[in-house]
Amino acid sequence: MDIRLANEQHIEVHKFYAGVVTGSVILALLLETFLPIHLGWAELIDLPLLVTIYFALSRRNPSAGLLLGMAIGVAQDSLSHTPIGLYGISKTIVGFVASSIGARLDVEHPLARCLLTFLFFHLHNAVFVFISRLLLARPEPYLETRVLIASVASALMTLALFPLLDRLRKPS
Amino acid sequence: MNPGRSQHRSLILLAAALAIQVLLLASQIKRDQDVRLIRVWAVEIVAPLGRSATWIMDGIRGGWTSYVALRRMGQENQELRATLDRLKLRNAELEGRAAEADRLAELLSFRQIHAEAPMLAARVIGSSPSASGRIAFLDRGSRDGVGLNMGVITPEGVVGKVLAVYPATSQVLLLSDKESGVGALLARSRTQGPVRGTGDPLLGMEYVSKEVKVSPGEAILTSGQDRIFPKDLPVGTVLEVKSDPRSPFQQIVVRPAAHLDQLEEVLVLLTRHEFAPGGAADIRAASAPASTPAARPPAAPAAAAPRPAAPPPAARPSAVPAAVAPADEAPADEAAVKDQP
Repeated sequence: MDIRLANEQHIEVHKFYAGVVTGSVILALLLETFLPIHLGWAELIDLPLLVTIYFALSRRNPSAGLLLGMAIGVAQDSLSHTPIGLYGISKTIVGFVASSIGARLDVEHPLARCLLTFLFFHLHNAVFVFISRLLLARPEPYLETRVLIASVASALMTLALFPLLDRLRKPS
Repeated sequence: MNPGRSQHRSLILLAAALAIQVLLLASQIKRDQDVRLIRVWAVEIVAPLGRSATWIMDGIRGGWTSYVALRRMGQENQELRATLDRLKLRNAELEGRAAEADRLAELLSFRQIHAEAPMLAARVIGSSPSASGRIAFLDRGSRDGVGLNMGVITPEGVVGKVLAVYPATSQVLLLSDKESGVGALLARSRTQGPVRGTGDPLLGMEYVSKEVKVSPGEAILTSGQDRIFPKDLPVGTVLEVKSDPRSPFQQIVVRPAAHLDQLEEVLVLLTRHEFAPGGAADIRAASAPASTPAARPPAAPAAAAPRPAAPPPAARPSAVPAAVAPADEAPADEAAVKDQP
């Protein structure tokens, strides 16, 4: 597994072609909104979260990661029936943590990405449920079978999605 | 940039981002109002794309569904064609069996009517290997009582005579063979004359004087002079009458009564026993259930009311053809007593 500490070796900051981040985010939101209408199982995969994790890990900049997470989260809130800020806060935290880890560890191995995505999914869910309970007084469960399946499905999805996004990087 | 400072800045930014969103959430909860502006922007950006995506998805799905349906229909079409082919084969087989049952019923009926005349039912198992010869092989031979020169008939009429006999099979010279012939007479005038094969499907009646009035459609029956066939069996019908100025006789073209080119089951006359009076009429009556061509006129009226005896054969030039058994050739009366089913 290719997880190396930053102080052991220089960690490359990946850059992308213009419009790739914006295009990917819009496409992810679009698919998240319309794909479940046609494909029921697509509901399990949180594509905006995967995009947040991928760009946060690649850019390795906590500020950029949290802002990207916030933007994606707020947009997701806007397109769903949840109060604006619920997904925003969750993805802001995930973006910050992912980019902070990306700044310290070189995560290029597919299994490492898969494992991290699984963990970030549960972090995202935990924050989401915490805020729902605290601010909205919604009795959301922290862990249920559906969430577990969704986390595994999202983690497995990275095996196909992240190599695809890797192709959109600028050559170093 | 100093990593510690950068990290510090990131933490401040995180705290600010979270604070803003918490406040935004709190304000929405407290005022119970939505932040409509953000939602409108988001929806305005995403909705047109979503409509396009849905349109494309519907198109792809419709195309795929049509393709799958078309393939399924193609497969179903192939299966139906295969079923149709099987059913056609089955139908042809059943039609063949039904026709065979009809023919056998006809033979049985004929035999029951003429129970006094010993006959042996036989199946045609082969035909002449050469185009010129008109020969059929039967599945009955000497073991079954078949003998040389025995007459072979169907309920429709005369077929030919036994040319060669083997233990289990026998060879029949058909009436249409050039070497074949049968003693016959015109049903209406009772004028006698041999009917010979021509090698073609049609036969020819010879030595009928021009003074005798012969008309197409007239029935021709066996005369019994050849000592092979009993009297009054249908031989055929007059198809055409020609007159040659150089010859004192008429040329009569005869259509054979039996379907010589479609023989499947026949009866071998084991003796030259005369059929009961009105034999020809009985034959036609017996063959009534079968599909007798309408063009063939019934021979019954002429046979049912026979005219006075025809002129003696001696007065005519060679009334019995060479291929037909001569007078001194004994028919198989003694040997053929066996009447097998």
